[in-house]
Amino acid sequence: MVAPVLTRIAAGLTGKAITLFARIVTAPRAIWAGIEPVPMQRVYYANHTSNGDFVLIWTVLPAMLRRRTRPVAALDYWLAKPLRAFIGRDVFNAVLIDRRPDQRVEDPVTLMAQALDEGSSLILFPEGLRNMTDAPLMPFKSGLFHLATQRPEVDLVPVWISNLNQIMPKGEIVPLPLVCTLTFGAPLHLQPGEEKQAFLDRASTALLALRSEGQA
Amino acid sequence: MTETLNGTIAGTAPHLIWLLAGVALILIIATLIGEALRLRIAPDGSNPVIENLNARIAAWWGMVLLLALAFLAGRIGVVVLFAILSFSALREFLTLTSKARADHWALLGAFFIVLPLQYWLIGIDWYGLYSVLVPVYAFLLMPVVSALRGNPKGYLSRVAETQWALMICVYCVSHVPALLSLQIPGYEGRNVILIAWLIFTVQLSDVMQYVWGKLIGRRKLAPELSPSKTWEGLTGGVLTASAAGSALWWMTPFSLPQAAGIALIVTLMGSFGGLVMSAIKRDKGVKDWGHLIAGHGGFLDRLDSVVFAAPIFFHLVRFGWSLT
Repeated sequence: MVAPVLTRIAAGLTGKAITLFARIVTAPRAIWAGIEPVPMQRVYYANHTSNGDFVLIWTVLPAMLRRRTRPVAALDYWLAKPLRAFIGRDVFNAVLIDRRPDQRVEDPVTLMAQALDEGSSLILFPEGLRNMTDAPLMPFKSGLFHLATQRPEVDLVPVWISNLNQIMPKGEIVPLPLVCTLTFGAPLHLQPGEEKQAFLDRASTALLALRSEGQA
Repeated sequence: MTETLNGTIAGTAPHLIWLLAGVALILIIATLIGEALRLRIAPDGSNPVIENLNARIAAWWGMVLLLALAFLAGRIGVVVLFAILSFSALREFLTLTSKARADHWALLGAFFIVLPLQYWLIGIDWYGLYSVLVPVYAFLLMPVVSALRGNPKGYLSRVAETQWALMICVYCVSHVPALLSLQIPGYEGRNVILIAWLIFTVQLSDVMQYVWGKLIGRRKLAPELSPSKTWEGLTGGVLTASAAGSALWWMTPFSLPQAAGIALIVTLMGSFGGLVMSAIKRDKGVKDWGHLIAGHGGFLDRLDSVVFAAPIFFHLVRFGWSLT
């Protein structure tokens, strides 16, 4: 009886502490360049350069939206250690998907669609892995397309996160306190009859286009 | 070297309270004008110039309140406040400079070693070290940290821009609290008035440049750097603020003509600061340094004039009036 309540309180406090830390370090700034921060069901898809990515999206969302927004994260990473499992499952209420096709019992896209059906919004990184290359964006995996096929009515909102790779370059452990901007663009939907690659290219282009928008 | 809290307040209370009351009166009038303009012209908040004006006035209330609280807390309050301002300014500046992964530790050093050390030295009044920490030690050692990590690509731009960031955001800003350490015979315990007078004069010049520019601004000062700066605004702002600064000579260690001369120098330096910082923003392709002060932009957008005025003011007073 007591333990779940304590876990929830601890999760709430940890969530507050993490967003406060993110605010102090990066003073994240949201630029709403295509949508307004209103309570609508959405799939936010963003570029992925650091483990801090979804924390920042989560931080700049107004509290009302944040409570209903779940990051989609890798089960093999987030369940590997007890503390990570607490943060991933209890604090962020992540939709945990298995990246290993041979070992997984549930289809990732089905899990995401389920979360949408329950009324949640999602944070998704269509590149699949953190981008360690010099290219601004890696090719998208097909998950975004399959989700758009299964739930075509949901808004797909591109979110460009700037600067985070400089705040915490790969392999560094101490974050550099630089200002981070998150640019939210206009929503996308799958067009009738649109091919997979054409859709993924369009989604990728829409995300990249936000890059210059966030400079202001 | 150490002033007690009581000493600070007792010595400065009457003049500081007069100055703060005067500023509050100006802000009350500004608030009333802002609200009246909104009611007359666009009560639905559809006029961006009026909305920005009101946001600026609201932010001024916050900034004045914060500064007043720091003054009341005495030396520690002022040093800590300006350390926080430096941190925020440095964050804005370094967000825009060129850097590579190889600079990670040098940049961390700027934030977490150089900045706190500078303010600690100001706090303990070690002039011999705080006046050379950034221009000598940081200048020589930070490039070494970057060089040790390799990567020569853009090296000179990277280290030079980092050094600029430190000079502007840490070294120059720290000369505001450094004014507390000057020892002026017959002016003991009242140094906080020097800070209040400097900030009042320089910021009033900014505000009046904006007002004069909006009212009678015609000829652009440097259209490629800043579309809003005009010769009429500059002249009107500098003269108005110098007059106001001179009129407050009785609370400073200066005579009336001295106060007028110094006010002219700091307001001119402040205007130059705004111009130089605009050039940097243009170079980096941004309009504002940041977003944390509603209506104004970032911390550096508000501090740019103080940054350029403070070290000159500090050395003028130190040379002409201080024993140290």
